[in-house]
Parts: sequence; C-alpha cells; structure tokens
Amino acid sequence: MSDITLSLAEIVGEDYVSNRAEELYFYARDPGLLPPHEPDYVVVPQTAEEIQKIVRLANREKIPVVPMGAGLALTGLIIPLKGGIVVDMKRMNKVLGVHEKARHVIVEGGTSQGLLKSYLEKNYPRLRHSIPDSPSTATIAANVMIHGQGRLTQQYGFNSDMVTGLEVVLPSGEICKIGSCSLSPDWFSRGAPLPDLSGLFLGWFGATGIITKVGLRLYPRKKMRDVDIFVTDREDLVPDIIYELTHTEMTEDIVVFSQPLPLIFKGNHHVTIFMTGDTEEELEFKRKMVWDALDGFMKSKDGGFMWVQPAMKPTLLDMPQRSVTRFADVKKGGGFEYSGPILLVERYPECTRKLEELSSKYNLGYSGMARIIGRGHCMMYGFAFTFNRADPDMMDRVRKALHEVSDYALDIGGVFWKATVEEQKMALERMDPHTRNLMKMIKQNMDPNGIMNPGNWEVA
Amino acid sequence: MLSLKFDEKLCKTCPTGDCLVKCQYMDVGVDQAKEEMVKIAQGEDSFVLQDCVTCYGCEEYCKRGNHPFYLITERREEKGILTSPRAITNQWINIGKPLGRYKVGETKEKMVSFGFMPEFLRWVKGRLFEDVMPSFIFGQEFFCNVVYLHFANTSIIKERLPMVMDNFGKLDVREVVCMHDECYGSFASLAPAYGIDVPFKPIHYFEYLYNRLKDLGDGTRPLNIKVAYQRPCSARLSPDKHHFVEDIMRLVGVDLVEREYQGENALCCGEILRMVCGYQLANDVQKRNIDDMVEHGAEYCVFNCPACYAALAHKVAKTGIKPIHMIDLCRMAIGEQ
Repeated sequence: MSDITLSLAEIVGEDYVSNRAEELYFYARDPGLLPPHEPDYVVVPQTAEEIQKIVRLANREKIPVVPMGAGLALTGLIIPLKGGIVVDMKRMNKVLGVHEKARHVIVEGGTSQGLLKSYLEKNYPRLRHSIPDSPSTATIAANVMIHGQGRLTQQYGFNSDMVTGLEVVLPSGEICKIGSCSLSPDWFSRGAPLPDLSGLFLGWFGATGIITKVGLRLYPRKKMRDVDIFVTDREDLVPDIIYELTHTEMTEDIVVFSQPLPLIFKGNHHVTIFMTGDTEEELEFKRKMVWDALDGFMKSKDGGFMWVQPAMKPTLLDMPQRSVTRFADVKKGGGFEYSGPILLVERYPECTRKLEELSSKYNLGYSGMARIIGRGHCMMYGFAFTFNRADPDMMDRVRKALHEVSDYALDIGGVFWKATVEEQKMALERMDPHTRNLMKMIKQNMDPNGIMNPGNWEVA
Repeated sequence: MLSLKFDEKLCKTCPTGDCLVKCQYMDVGVDQAKEEMVKIAQGEDSFVLQDCVTCYGCEEYCKRGNHPFYLITERREEKGILTSPRAITNQWINIGKPLGRYKVGETKEKMVSFGFMPEFLRWVKGRLFEDVMPSFIFGQEFFCNVVYLHFANTSIIKERLPMVMDNFGKLDVREVVCMHDECYGSFASLAPAYGIDVPFKPIHYFEYLYNRLKDLGDGTRPLNIKVAYQRPCSARLSPDKHHFVEDIMRLVGVDLVEREYQGENALCCGEILRMVCGYQLANDVQKRNIDDMVEHGAEYCVFNCPACYAALAHKVAKTGIKPIHMIDLCRMAIGEQ
C-alpha cells in the first residue's frame, strides 16, 4: 500500500479506500461520451470531518480531489482529468432533519433523490421536493451543484434556487456554513438577508469545495396530480403557448418534447402540463384555467389537447420519469447524451429546427425536450441523441453533433448547463472579461493549489 | 350494394329534417335542417360544416336512406375544414400507420379481429371464445381506419382499406368476428360502398356473443342486476345490430334501465368531443350521461367500445356504478367472473 493509500485508510478505514484497477476503471468514467481518465485513489468517507482530513492531506500532497455524487451528469464532471482522489459521497446518505412548518430539509452531501423522496412520503406526506428526471440515485448536493431542474422548477426555479443553506469543506480544509445556519440553528435561507455566499460553490462543480450538507426547500404535496398534453405542429407557436400557460400560474410543471418515434409523436410538439390539487374541484378548476388559456390555439386548429388515456398516465406522472431510459435504448446498446443549454423560451423554434438538422446531418436518433424554468423566464433545451455503445462510428457522430450544439447554443444567446470542460473553456472565452477575472480571483484565492476538481472552471 | 350517396331531392321532401333536428350538439329547426343540408349538397358553406362534432348520429336519425354524415364528411374534406387541430389529426393518422408489428394467432376459417385495440388481447378469453380462439388478428395491418371519419378524412380510409383487405385475403379467412363496431361497419358497409372487395363475411361480436350464450344454454345464470349501456358513436354505422344489446341482456337476466340517453338518443363518451371542441362540451356531455345512469339506478355501466371504456370507466366508478365491458358481463353470466 502506498503512503497516500495508508493515509487515506487511516482517515476512512481500509474498506473505504481503494487504488485497485477494477475500481479505478469504474471511477474513470461517467455514462456519457467523454474519454475516461483514471483516478489514483478512490475514497468513500462518512463524515465531513473525514472529508476535511482528506482535503488537508490532498493540499499537503498537492493531489487533485474530485467529489462525486452518483456521477450521472453525463458531461464528465466527475472524471478525474488529472488523476488524484475521487471522493465518493454515497455513504453520506442521511436525512438530518425536516422542519415541517418552515418546509425545509437538511440532508448529508451524498443523499440521493430517491432516499429523500421515500423519506418524505413515509414521514411527511404533505411535503415534497423538486425531483429531477434523473435516476433516483442522483444526489441532492450534486443536483444543486449543477443547477439542476426538477418537477417544481416551473414554479420555483432551478433546484439550486431552493437551497436554504450549505455546509462545505473548503479547499483549505475548513468546514464552513453558508446562509442563515452560519449564525442561527435554523436553515431557512442560503443568503438573504446576509451576503449570499452560496454562489461561491453552486455551479462550480466542486472546484471550490465539497458540499457536505444541504438545506433544501420543501413544498406542499397535494393529494392529486394529473397531466394533460397540448400538441401543436407549429414550433413557432410554442413560446406563445408557454406564455399563456405560465400566465395562469396553475401548473406544477411544463415540459415540451418532440421526437420522431414512436409515430404517435412524429411531427408534433407536445406541451406536457402537470397539475396538482387537494380535491377534484381544485384540479378541475386548474384544468379549466389551462384549457381556457389555450382556447385560441384550439379554435384556430393550430393546437389541441391529445387524449391521454388513463393507461398512459402512470408513466407520465412517474417521478422521476423512466421513459428517458427507454429513449436511451432506441438504437439498442443503451447510449444517450444530451446538451442542455439554458436559454430564452423564444428560442424554442430555432432549437428544434437545429436539432432536426443535426439528426439528419449525422443520421442520429433524437429527442428534443424543453423544461420551462420559472414562469417562462428561461428554459433548458435538451438536444438529446441516442446511440449504440457498441458502435464507435455512431458515438463519434453524436460527439460531432453535440459539438455543433455547443457552438450553436452560444451563438443564439444560450448558456451551457453542466458544461463539459470544453464548453467551460468556450464559455470563459466569450465571457465578459471582468466576470472572468472575478472567477479567476475566486478560484485562486479559495484553491491556491488548484487541487479541487482541476480542469473545471480554470481561468488561464 | 350500399351506396353512400346523398340525394338532394330526397332531402328537400323530408318532412322531419331529423338528421339535424335530432342532433344533440346543434340546435336546428326542421326547415333550417333541410336548407343547410341542401346547401352542403350543393357545395355551399354551412355552419354545420364547422359545428358538427362527428358523433355519426345523423346517419342513424335519417330514416330515408340518405347519408348526411358522409356528405358532411366529404364536403369538409373537399373544403379543407378540419374537425380537430392539425396536430391531433396528424397524430391519429400516424397512429394507424402499419408498422409490421401485427399479431396473428392460429389461422383458421373463422377468426376474431381486435382491430388494433390491445384491450381485446386481455378481454377475449374463456368459454365464450373457445370455438374461435386463439385465432385472432391484431394490429394496424388489419385496422379498419374508420376512426378517420371523426377527422373528416375519408381519403386515408380509401387509401388504407384496400391494403387491409389484401392482408385479410392472404389469411384466407372466411368469417371474421369484429370486436368493434367500426370494424364491423367498415367491412359490412363502408368498404363495399367504396367499391372495395371484402374477402370474408364480417360478424358483429354482439351477434357472436348472443349465439354463444345460447349455445352454452343452461350454463347461463341470470345476473339480476340493473345496468346502463354506453352506446358508442360507431354503433350508428350498424344500427341493425343494436337489438343484440337487449337480446343479450335478456339472456343474461339483466335489467337494462330505461334512461334518457340510450338507443338512438345515446350520448358520445366525450373524448372525441374533447379533442374536437374542447373540455366544456366534453365535460357537459359526460356529466349528463353519468348523471342519467345514476338517476335511473344503474348498478353497472356496460361498455362496448374500449375507447368509451377508457374515457368513462373511471368517472363512472366514482359514482359507485361498476364499469364492465360486454364481454365480461357475459362471462359473469356463465360463471367466469
């Protein structure tokens, strides 16, 4: 055993550190398309204090540290580009407390979406959190770290907007509290009325610290949920449809999708509208408002509500939606990757046309998906391609298509979501130079040895 | 051979104008009814071309052998008047496109056609079907395409139906038990009217069930329940088979409640209306229909069409009325449920 391995074993115990080939192989990659790179060590800590010791060791030895949730971002954010220590957070998977009346929860940094969902269903059936459409193993901390979105994003913004406090191990090893919890026992605000320091961590992909606790807003969980799908064959009308829908403030979530297969979806754009209610009356009132809001599109025959049969609803209402995994296997071989820039909803028509152009150019199976963020304030548009992992040529075509998406997204005013390292470089190049310098100052001051997830948000 | 032609002279001499006077979704008087239908026949515009909800009812209301619904449908298509939003129309046309994913059971001279309604793969079983199953046909390749009348698109029917008949022809089947009124109506009347040869004898499944129940004889026990029957729009395409509803009910000892919305006065299940006209009309029609069942003391609502079942079963159940398909009602009577 190397000295480093021994030191890590002293911190977390022998069972929770490894430099064996099979584990280094596994931790070298994510399910996306980016090339793997092996770490030197993998460690699975259980406490913030253990992480503190790991980070101090790494700082002493100038070894990179890469924090990892479930590793599902698909954009290579947990691939240890310069080797070092991957800190797998999965053992820190506990719900530490729920403040029912103030509607927030505090969880450990490796707590999964699935665990929190089942915990709330069992113990606090009137509360819920914003569940993303990623597998249930995705972690809360990683999701807010990448500014993820979920089923409540249309109402309350990015999932990171729902953070009510953080505990972070800084690159220097200090354990630091962010938000009201820094001077109060209560985790009700991540910033206001104090200076909001959460921005030093959220969106940085672990390049400025490791999140060990997250406070997260919870929301009323209504007794009933339902879904309607409004379809139109005119992509140029989608922004107007969204504008009318968001004006009602009656929807739980709005997601738009278009894809050529199965044939039922061909040629149309499907505005999936989720609604909730504690009573039939509440639900029907909301449905009435929604249908009324789109009546003009129906009268002009430009759009209409498709018949969502009862048998279809469980799939649509599932949280997270598992239909993504079916799409991933359209080409067999289980490959799926998307680029999901954040941009204005009015860009929907051109995004969907670009997606069709790229799928035709590279002969790829595709799906377009727009998740509305806030009351139409912006959207995540997912340019998604499916591929066969046993077909290198197809994988290469997907890479090329996604590369074109990156250029295109910037050109039309978009901002990369969970950007790959290459996209981060592109973003930094185009960024206001003063903003870029500010980011550089932050990174250099917080992480002078450059040990935290190196390669990410590195300003030259 | 049945002709679907509309005779303008016949219409002008109609004493009742029933086609539109009896329409449950438009308010039209006798004279206006005739005027509007003649206008439509002469290729002029009419509010009827905009307001018709495609319930097929007028096809049955007209007792003079004219075909008002087909006239309205053809004229809408000629004028490019959509019944539903374009996206919905295209979606349904795509759904019915053959993809080579059909299923065919044992090929025999007599087979059951499920159209492409997957519910029948589960529902068609037991002693009632033991003399024909597992000889069945399922999939778009055997789909009658009549649903496109709701979308004023007879072209797609005329385009696809000959291919469907070819597919049946390859099976060398002599008799086909049609599990849906649209299939029966298509094979028994629409296809011949369009000049398309039907290479088998279509049998309505109500007739089949009735005969099977009689064959099973003493094995049938009276159910002694009160039921409402949800008659589908497509039953208007073969009104001569509607008597089997009462015939079957009598055989299985069921009291078919005398309610307002039954027989010729039946109401649509509402879901086509929802797509065509929006939620208000659909909700109103569904509410009136279900209230009517409740008011008349129905314990069960018997469905014929799987689409009606999907549209109404859960709503009916909320009132305490048990939804049941005709097949299951018959199975219950022979002790299989």
